[in-house]
Amino acid sequence: MPAMVSAAQPVQRSFNPYTENGGTILAIAGADFSVIAGDTRQSEGYSIQTRYAPKVFRLTDKAVLAVNGFAADGNMFVKKVRQRLEWYRHAHAKDMPIRAIARLIQTMLYARRFFPFYVYNILGGIEEDGTGAVYSFDLLIYFKNQTPAPGTAFPKHLPLSTVLPLVIDSFTSATERHIEVGDGLEIYIVLSKGSTALQSLQTIRGIQELTATNDGERVFVIRRELKKD
Amino acid sequence: MYKPAGFDFSNELRNNFLVEKGLPLPKATSTGTTIVGCLFKDGIVLGADTRATEGPIVADKNCEKIHYITESIRCCGAGTAADTEFTTALISSNMEMHALQTGRKPRVATAMTMLKQMLFRYQGHVGAALVLGGVDSTGPHLFTIHPHGSTDKLPYVTMGSGSLAAMAVFESGWVPNMERDQALILVKAAIAAGIFNDLGSGSNIDACIITASSTEMLRNVEMPNQRVQKERNYKFRRGTTAWKKEDIRSLIVDEQVTQVGGDEMDTS
Repeated sequence: MPAMVSAAQPVQRSFNPYTENGGTILAIAGADFSVIAGDTRQSEGYSIQTRYAPKVFRLTDKAVLAVNGFAADGNMFVKKVRQRLEWYRHAHAKDMPIRAIARLIQTMLYARRFFPFYVYNILGGIEEDGTGAVYSFDLLIYFKNQTPAPGTAFPKHLPLSTVLPLVIDSFTSATERHIEVGDGLEIYIVLSKGSTALQSLQTIRGIQELTATNDGERVFVIRRELKKD
Repeated sequence: MYKPAGFDFSNELRNNFLVEKGLPLPKATSTGTTIVGCLFKDGIVLGADTRATEGPIVADKNCEKIHYITESIRCCGAGTAADTEFTTALISSNMEMHALQTGRKPRVATAMTMLKQMLFRYQGHVGAALVLGGVDSTGPHLFTIHPHGSTDKLPYVTMGSGSLAAMAVFESGWVPNMERDQALILVKAAIAAGIFNDLGSGSNIDACIITASSTEMLRNVEMPNQRVQKERNYKFRRGTTAWKKEDIRSLIVDEQVTQVGGDEMDTS
């Protein structure tokens, strides 16, 4: 009988609760507006799970949240943020300002320091002073407010009429060269009270208004098709 | 020094050692692919998509995956792009030599045997997954060849990351003794299924129809993924780059050839 390889080695088994569902999100803040966009393809490996799974969500009339990474965690995270915003509304009879939402998200992410939400967040909207804002987060802790250099205003040379075509072209280009990007595109636009950018939205094909309050800020969404291969 | 008979794998041991030490090997481009072949009444239809990927990035939006073996034998390649390119080129060359040597039209089984013997010798390290099809004196033949050297001979075959999507179409639509046009439509549908449902496949459809009398290479028969018009123009304005000096030179050299002596070169 041949010599057996004896002494059973310890075997470590593991379960990985995470997966990566692909896609792209982006946000651009202007002087008195903010644009938050994401594609709608959800994939795993080489398979498409669905051609329409939103990654961008309206939280309030002045804040829109985009989530990317593990879709199940993303949806759950948005659900929990919305719950906290509702509680805030009940307690204070107003919508939470975006600055506070950003801090809330930071706290909620870090609360899961050792079992993180596998989600990259981008929060876009309008600050209380009426300027456009973009916040971005990593998996755990930090949040960065993409503010202009000290002493300078928001880029006034980048009007909404330039930003929108730029965003659309970014996604058509990403679709060409990245296999996980495609199918559909959703662009959310948040305008501050009395924004002059409103006129440039009038001519856009298929634009839809989602504003819920009379606070003055207005939220719109534009939907576009992307290539499906 | 003692050298054992057979193929030398000492380089593989060295490479594994280097990987362990933290020096990864350069990664070859693997083409997530849909390739198919289908037998019909008068011959073979081969099909392929045209996307080549490097991980999640599209490396080539319109590459050619149907390779020439001989006039009436063609081969679709999936897997490592360089391996499919070079193995088919090598076997194509050897098939031409074989045809010259024997003075006969080469057979599909010959190409299949050459390919499988080469792939088996490399024990799967040459990452070529192939669909080989053609017509010879014994009729039409269609094979798949796996990277380790195993082969199948079937009336309809698919390979690559989109093989399941394409096979689903064949399983529901293939019937014996199809007409040429019917077979081409089925092959196009199979490739389209891969293009739209498999992220590793995309862009256009290539097809190749081989019969006893002719071989038709249908490059980009279907282009269902044309790029849409951009919203803005991103060309740089003429004069964007400033220069300090301009120097224009003629690269055409004037040459006067004078014949010296009358003897022509002996070419016999």
